[in-house]
Amino acid sequence: MRRIGDAPATRAILITLATLLTTLFLVVPLASIFYQAFAEGLAPFWHNLSDQYTRQAIMLTLLIALVTVPVNLVFGVFLAWLVTRFSFPGRRLLQTFIDIPFAVSPVVAGLLYLLLYGRTGWLGSLLSEADVQLMFAWPGMVLVTIFVTCPFVARELIPLMQAQGSADEEAAVTLGAGGWTLFRRVTLPKIRWALVYGVILTNARAIGEYGAVAMVSGTIRGETVTLPLQVELLYQDYNTVGAFTSAALLAAIAVVTLVVKGVLEWHTQRRGKRHA
Amino acid sequence: MRARVLPGFTLSLGVTLLFVSLILLLPMTSLVGQLAGLSWSQYWAAITDPRLLASYRVTLLAAATASLFNALFGLLLAWVLARYAFPGKRVLDALMDLPFALPTAVAGITLATLYSRNGAIGALLAPYGIEIAYSWLGIALAMAFTSVPFVVRTVQPVLEDLPTRTDEAALTLGASNFYAFRRVIWPHIRPAVITGTGLSFARSLGEFGAVIFIAGNMPYETEVVSLMLATRLEEYDYAGAAAIASVVMLVSLLLLLAINLWQGRFYRRLHGGSFPG
Repeated sequence: MRRIGDAPATRAILITLATLLTTLFLVVPLASIFYQAFAEGLAPFWHNLSDQYTRQAIMLTLLIALVTVPVNLVFGVFLAWLVTRFSFPGRRLLQTFIDIPFAVSPVVAGLLYLLLYGRTGWLGSLLSEADVQLMFAWPGMVLVTIFVTCPFVARELIPLMQAQGSADEEAAVTLGAGGWTLFRRVTLPKIRWALVYGVILTNARAIGEYGAVAMVSGTIRGETVTLPLQVELLYQDYNTVGAFTSAALLAAIAVVTLVVKGVLEWHTQRRGKRHA
Repeated sequence: MRARVLPGFTLSLGVTLLFVSLILLLPMTSLVGQLAGLSWSQYWAAITDPRLLASYRVTLLAAATASLFNALFGLLLAWVLARYAFPGKRVLDALMDLPFALPTAVAGITLATLYSRNGAIGALLAPYGIEIAYSWLGIALAMAFTSVPFVVRTVQPVLEDLPTRTDEAALTLGASNFYAFRRVIWPHIRPAVITGTGLSFARSLGEFGAVIFIAGNMPYETEVVSLMLATRLEEYDYAGAAAIASVVMLVSLLLLLAINLWQGRFYRRLHGGSFPG
């Protein structure tokens, strides 16, 4: 079997070039985050981590992810069930709407929410009469994060559920399964890994979102500063080690995300081979 | 219409419509409302302000450079990952997704630190008079970093699906490696390369978090469009911000539409008329 580019020299040159470029372009920046965070040793790192504002930023970031992930999980499952199990007019349009957050720049997403819920927006002025303020407070930050991350779960589920078809579910219904049983016993086991994958993508983006959240945060220290915003504030204050301490925390989450993704892919590939 | 066998149609339709209206569509109405309050001449003045015009130019130049780089880098990496087996391949593969997993603000401060004049890489380039941080090159670098996965991840599956016999046929007939690549492989992957590059370009146009730290943000020189939008908001000029946002949204929607149409044509050619999905 001969293939294009199989000559040992071509192979060696291309692999070396790819590895070198990736190292320079991706690995060096990743490594430098941790290098900068520990530049002055372990003690300043711990000191920065236990800083009151950093701790509050961590809590707020976790809160946002904790609300966003379940909301988008539930929405993603319902949407995927709807567009892959039923045919109805407007199905294609609905799938297009879901891609809006990917097409809209995060800064524009933040602006849209600010215009709607801000004091000058029609909904914002109604709410402010009721003494509800969403913008420059955590509920607004949760809302834009939900907006920015809502396609991930649905995007993972739709192609898979479409490929699987609905024969199993229909069989279960004929055997008398109710809606919840049907989902839990028949559908869920088949989509489990895609669901996990969608959740980790949603989670990673919810924790790391900057542009959209920055627009609606108002950056009140200790109140509306998430971890990425804290990175920015410390960096602007020329507190490099502090900024990179928070950055290292976020980078560690990113690395975990990549590892989990790799393991999941390996797992599905192996299962695919066994079934083939 | 066929009778619905499966349960949950009304419930899932209800939940989905409620979510789509509240989260996705309702915020759009506010932009329309804000823009409706502007006269045509006000709108025109808002989107053709000289400082903003300069930022269009910088953004387009940097995004074009970044996506061109990504087209080449992505093609190389997709080829190596799809075609060769070597130690460390799994790690290299996983690294391709790093730019999507890493928060943009983190990428921004990291690149700015590395490429500034006293940074690890910037210090190496400074003697040659090359300054990346705080110039449009830095903006292009940050844009390229954040949009790395697009080309790799669109080209890689196409390459993996190409049957071995395509290669064999070309080589058996006596084509050189380069000629065979250009005439046999390239026509298959060209649509994916163009799609990936287009997506990378669209993403680069709207990039904010990674760019603002390395850009230096000098008026008329290194300000990107999304920064101008953020600046208008900080000045409480909501109408001006909405006007810029309308331009940004229009451009990215047109780009995505063009990419989708192109993809549709490509799939029709491949699958004889049926569009997947």
